[in-house]
Amino acid sequence: MSEAFYAITLIWGLVFIYAVMATIDFGAGFWSMIYLNRNNTKATNIANRYLSPSWEVTNVFIVAIVVALFSFFPGATFTLGTVLLIPGSIIILLLALRSAFLVFSHSASSNYKRILTIISGITGFLIPALLICVLPITHGNFIETTNGAERLLLGELLTSPSVYAFMAFAISSTLFLSSLLLSDYSNVSGDQEAYDTYRRDAILVGPISLAMAALLVLTIRNEALWLYENLMNYIPWLIGSIATFALGYASLFIPRKTGVGIPRLAMISIVVQYLLASYAYGSAHLPYIVYPNVTIETGFTDPATFRALIVTYIVAFFILTPGFIYFWRLFLKDKRYLKQNES
Amino acid sequence: MDELVIARSLFGMTMGVHIIYATLGVGLPFMVLIAELMYQKTKDKDYALMANRWTKGFAVLLGVAIPTGTIAGVQLSLLWPGFMEVVGRVIALPFQIEIYAFFLEALFMSIYVYAADRLSPIMRIVSVTLVAFGASASAILITNVHAFQGTPDGFEIVDGKFVNIDPWEAFFNRSFFITAGHVTVSALMTGAFVIASIAAYKMIRQRGNTREYKFHHKALMMGLVIGGIFSLLTSLNGHESAQQLYQYQPEKLAAAEGLFETQRYAPLAIGGYTDKEEREVKWAIEVPWALSFLSDDAFDTEVLGLEEWPEEEWPPLFVHTLFNSMVGIGSLLLLLSIVGFTWYKILKRKKFPRWLMWGFIATGPLAMTAIEFGWIFACTGRQPWIIYHVMKTEEAVTTSGNIGLLFVLFLIVYIILMISTVLVLRYYFNRNPISEELDQ
Ligand code: HDD
Ligand code: HEM
Ligand code: HEM
Repeated sequence: MSEAFYAITLIWGLVFIYAVMATIDFGAGFWSMIYLNRNNTKATNIANRYLSPSWEVTNVFIVAIVVALFSFFPGATFTLGTVLLIPGSIIILLLALRSAFLVFSHSASSNYKRILTIISGITGFLIPALLICVLPITHGNFIETTNGAERLLLGELLTSPSVYAFMAFAISSTLFLSSLLLSDYSNVSGDQEAYDTYRRDAILVGPISLAMAALLVLTIRNEALWLYENLMNYIPWLIGSIATFALGYASLFIPRKTGVGIPRLAMISIVVQYLLASYAYGSAHLPYIVYPNVTIETGFTDPATFRALIVTYIVAFFILTPGFIYFWRLFLKDKRYLKQNES
Repeated sequence: MDELVIARSLFGMTMGVHIIYATLGVGLPFMVLIAELMYQKTKDKDYALMANRWTKGFAVLLGVAIPTGTIAGVQLSLLWPGFMEVVGRVIALPFQIEIYAFFLEALFMSIYVYAADRLSPIMRIVSVTLVAFGASASAILITNVHAFQGTPDGFEIVDGKFVNIDPWEAFFNRSFFITAGHVTVSALMTGAFVIASIAAYKMIRQRGNTREYKFHHKALMMGLVIGGIFSLLTSLNGHESAQQLYQYQPEKLAAAEGLFETQRYAPLAIGGYTDKEEREVKWAIEVPWALSFLSDDAFDTEVLGLEEWPEEEWPPLFVHTLFNSMVGIGSLLLLLSIVGFTWYKILKRKKFPRWLMWGFIATGPLAMTAIEFGWIFACTGRQPWIIYHVMKTEEAVTTSGNIGLLFVLFLIVYIILMISTVLVLRYYFNRNPISEELDQ
């Protein structure tokens, strides 16, 4: 295996972690907006209690991905930076508004709290839809090269059915994953009412997200045949992905002593579902970073820099892991935190 | 307007907004740490309360520091792809290590804020120390890249390609330590003076020797002492920064001083403005020989003037004013904290006169202005180079147009963010007044 391959695997790992954490994070913001008016449920509180400590950590991942991209694949920076100028800028603007208003809404008066929560909810819904557009852009159809200068064909991007399939997939996945996590979270907190609410949401959105994924594969076949053909080499992974979906979805209906469904199992199976599917997609995408000009080999960094970077990753892993474990214990396991009535 | 100018303005605007929050993000956790330590030492509840309230304010500010920083990071790649390509090859380490510092800060910040009631006193101190450490480390690491732009090391260029790359040599480039030191101590100084400003403002609105007045008095003294110590360090280190310009970026120093002719016994021009046509600094106070002495500790040091370089390689000449203002503010703040300290501790006067209180109120905004001026000086004074004598800014800029539109969008969002920060902070502290918390 080449060094470039290790590097792209590492980036893929970061993207996957971010995708899961961020969809949950964005979705939680969305749900906290949806249930804002229902005074009798604690669904909003649950969403906020999860969101408050976690969004900062999630946010660091997006920076980590950008940094990993330009440090491991500087040769891809020019193309990516150029074609992503407009979509990337819009994403970071929305992200800025969302994060700031999310934080502000904790300190603001109840009048403003509503509007702040609504803005961060809506942007939380738009950002995943925009973020995922990066993928179809890397498929190459929307990039024009004139005199060596690359340019994004914005008009064509916005009228392509494939892009909308990606967006629909992103939005439905966001809602699905976050409702699953929140149902697990409210189950652990012993909040039956919130659990029922989020379980119902998950049951509703689950099949939609699967249908969107299927639609997405079909549009890839129309718009990026090279990718579709590669993807077909990974059929077992895709089947595995569908199977884990079935397992996760079914486990929402398994009866228990205190109610229906095993949300923890559902959550884990669905994460595995996404892991399998994104592994297949990622492998099929190789060796291209941006089709057809930028590959992992042409974009790769200097070997000396690569080695130095890997050393820092290893050192950081040992330093940061205890911090992450401590964090996890305090916010995702500690009953004292989960059971508070006020968020 | 030309796209390059808009791209520069857009990036400069982003940084100018981010640095306000980022500086406080370095300065405030340090003040919180000091307050926590004072509380453990004196058991005076006021200090615990200070730590608590400053953390609340800090958490709100972080809500903007993080997204604007994220913008800065992404915008670097979007606006300056040519530059980031070199960064990726040669000086990727600080960016990468900075990510770890961000993680450290984000993890322990959440722990300190949202789990405060469940932490032991030791873990509270440990958490806030890690937050302060993470914030300073991220500032130092990003400054590392800035230092590299001024003194690029750790590679060779053969046929336009970057070869023989040594990433650690690039990391420990010639100006790293001095520049990073200057940025850190100036941020700590600014955090302390902002605290002093707020405390002084609250005191001036109090009548008599109330409980609340005493609380703010303690905060003011803490701000002045810490601010004073760090402004001394900032000035001493600033002097080294200037000497380092003399060695490694002489045209920047020449522009900062408005020096056109190369000379020994060069004078120091204070104030005034640089006139490009007549090649002199108008309305300045000239201190004979001083520039030569400041540059290399000897009056006969030869200081290079702008005439040594072709005019299209001159930095913009208004940096003279920025540099003067930064140094002026630094000296003034040092003076103010000495006066305040002397008045209270040595002359043992109970109350400060009103003019002095107004002086204290001005310290925070002044320090922040110096930060802005210092950075604009450092980045604009590097022009036309994005990497000194290696790559021009115009070679690095993006080729995709439409930047004007983006400039407007970002401007609107920054205005919204800055106004809402102020509103939220005011709302929060008005609703939770100190008088109530003191009674508890
Ligand atoms: C509170 C803020 C503050 C104060 C009072 C000062 N500085 Fe400063 N200065 C900065 C904040 C700052 C900064 C914002 O941190 C800069 C911008 C870029 C950098 O590396 O640090 C800076 C840059 C900077 C540079 C340029 C370095 C470069 O371009 O590489 C020099 C020569 C000085 N400073 C010198 C001084 C001197 C002689 C001061 C005398 C008191 C002084 N500064 C006070
Ligand atoms: C946070 C405080 C900072 C402020 C206020 C600031 C300000 C500015 C300004 C005003 C410009 C435009 C210069 C001009 O065109 O005249 C600029 C450019 C730039 N700065 Fe900074 N800067 C800051 C920190 C940094 C740091 C830490 C880096 C290192 C990564 C950096 C890298 C750049 C680059 C790459 C450019 C664009 C190219 C150029 O104009 O040279 N800046 N900055
Ligand atoms: C080109 C210059 C800069 C870039 C690209 C940049 C990038 C960033 C990013 C990406 C974040 C968000 C981190 C997160 O997600 O948690 C951030 C936050 C921060 N930055 Fe900057 N920054 C720059 C300049 C500076 C400077 C000059 C300083 C200090 C003097 C500074 C200090 C901070 C601090 C203290 C935070 C606070 C939050 C945190 O660490 O999580 N930054 N910056």
